[in-house]
Amino acid sequence: MKRRHSFDAPLSFRWRAYVLVALLVCCAGGLVYRAVNLQLVDHTFLAKEGDARFSRVVQITAHRGTITDRYGEPLAVSTPVDSIWVNPKELALAPEELPRLAAALKLDRQELARRVTSSLDRDFLYLARHREPAEAERIKALGIPGVYLSREYRRYYPSGEVAGHILGFTNIDDAGQEGLELAFDHWLAGENGAKRVIQDRYGHIVQNVESIRPVRPGRDLVLSIDLRIQYLAYRELKAAIRDQRAVAGSIVVLDVATGEVLAMVNQPAYNPNDRDHRVPSVYRNRAATDMFEPGSSMKPFFVAAGIAAGKYDEHSIIDTSPGFIKVGAKIFEDEHNLGAVNIATVLAKSSNVGMAHIALSLPPLTIWNTLTRFGFGQVTTSGFPGESAGLLPQSSQWRPIGIATMSHGYGLGVTPLQLAHAYAILGTHGISRPVSFVRVDSPPAGQRVLDERVCVELTHMLESVVVAEGATGRRAAIPGYRVAGKTGTAWEAVAGGYSTDHYFAVFGGVAPATNPRLAALVVINDPSAGEHQGGMVAAPVFSEVVGGALRLLAVAPDQPINGPEELPSTPIRSGVRTAAALP
Amino acid sequence: MLVFAVPLLWVGALGSAAGVIYCKHRSREMFVQLEQLNARRDNLEIEWGQLQLEQSAWSTQAFVERVANTKLHMAMPPPKEIEIIAP
Repeated sequence: MKRRHSFDAPLSFRWRAYVLVALLVCCAGGLVYRAVNLQLVDHTFLAKEGDARFSRVVQITAHRGTITDRYGEPLAVSTPVDSIWVNPKELALAPEELPRLAAALKLDRQELARRVTSSLDRDFLYLARHREPAEAERIKALGIPGVYLSREYRRYYPSGEVAGHILGFTNIDDAGQEGLELAFDHWLAGENGAKRVIQDRYGHIVQNVESIRPVRPGRDLVLSIDLRIQYLAYRELKAAIRDQRAVAGSIVVLDVATGEVLAMVNQPAYNPNDRDHRVPSVYRNRAATDMFEPGSSMKPFFVAAGIAAGKYDEHSIIDTSPGFIKVGAKIFEDEHNLGAVNIATVLAKSSNVGMAHIALSLPPLTIWNTLTRFGFGQVTTSGFPGESAGLLPQSSQWRPIGIATMSHGYGLGVTPLQLAHAYAILGTHGISRPVSFVRVDSPPAGQRVLDERVCVELTHMLESVVVAEGATGRRAAIPGYRVAGKTGTAWEAVAGGYSTDHYFAVFGGVAPATNPRLAALVVINDPSAGEHQGGMVAAPVFSEVVGGALRLLAVAPDQPINGPEELPSTPIRSGVRTAAALP
Repeated sequence: MLVFAVPLLWVGALGSAAGVIYCKHRSREMFVQLEQLNARRDNLEIEWGQLQLEQSAWSTQAFVERVANTKLHMAMPPPKEIEIIAP
């Protein structure tokens, strides 16, 4: 009866109990309602809150395609590396771990603390990028809260300097910056993916929830480059630049039958693996981006215009007496008075007077048409970033003095690649094929730009540049192969005129002359070791590079290996045993 | 009618619940397996890249040339010692 007794309290206190009970019931009801509401009606809210604590969107970095040479030798490879990043908010909760982290990362402790504390309002801070996976794993294993890894790729260029200018390089985020890495960036770069994952409180991924964007790896790129020839060209050019104490130089080697670039090197070179010591001025692929006045190496294309116009052939005689010619106010002269000579001799002795006679006898439009057909004044189809179109003035602006000047290679600009391509057209006997840095599996049909007869005749004339007595290009001779080419020695244009002690030494040509397989061009800028003529400086480099390349490509020799003294007329006999030494 | 339907539904519901549990379990197992295989692929990829780089380092033309010249005393024969045999 005790309980009853308690309810026997005075009436004035009993309402308090009722109010209290009613309040408790309301509270309980409210809680039940809220619980039911959250679980059944508004359940997305809880799910969202839960996810916000455990679900993360993780980026999956795409693998950048590999670049290889034509035989599959790797030229640019992306290998996985790990970047270490922290969530400064999480790391700040464990400041005693900072010294350990700094030691593991080989970073300065104060510097690390400063970087972390200054980024406390952020959730993401890179501490170190592109560390070896094994090293990154050790840092992760320290178990410091807020330290994470993200998988990235670093680009390595195994051939280093040798192919540096062609390949270019990528930046730290693996985007192409220069060269073919830039030109083919869309092809090589993949598309980064993203996935939503659930992490536990240690940051381990425990479940893949969904794929937001699938990762698309980049595609591989097979270049037309033959690394063996590329290396040969690199080695020979470097040696020539050193021996001739020259400032710069380029070599381009083209496959005549396909229009592919087999080798392209420049000096000074740079190592694309070294991100820290790059000087922007050496990135430039001079062979494609820099134009120069080609000097006498331009002469064959003016002769081609003359033959194509039907005005000249191999029997034509040009009278170069008295060894100079006055055009307008300017006098062009030869070193010696050659007298009346045929065109082959004009080319072999590189007679400016003879060339002026030929060029002035032709209508400007005819010359302009022929030069345009050889590709001068236009960018090649190589697609190399920053390629120059060269400079070929419109024929309507040509005056006699300008024509005479151009006929020995001044007053117009070409790139080494352009000039090499022009020689390649000569090598195909008049068919222009697009220049390609990518391996071409079936040779394009190309476009006939010149009559076959013109090119065959001109090629034959250009052989005398290498073999004729006293010719300028004798050092370009290759044992076992007939060479057709042309030397060039050009004054370097400087502000206000020409420098008479800075030269471009040039040799361009094709080999083997009977059925050309390779076209090559060598340019050496400002040799200062005594010699400066194209025939002395550039021709030996041509001989070494093209000779080596023909051997590497197993091209059959087209003359006895001891080499003829005179213009060859007999085809090679089989099984010739050679005993005589080279001249 | 109801006498059979209710137990049947019960059994069905329990069966499907067990199925859900089993499927979830399998999916977790397979996810763990997938992650392991992914990690293995990544490791193999790393190794492949390193081997590729190592191979190209050893086969650098400059290196091969140096070994051929100095260690093996090889040299390009002069033209007069070359005999060409036409096929």
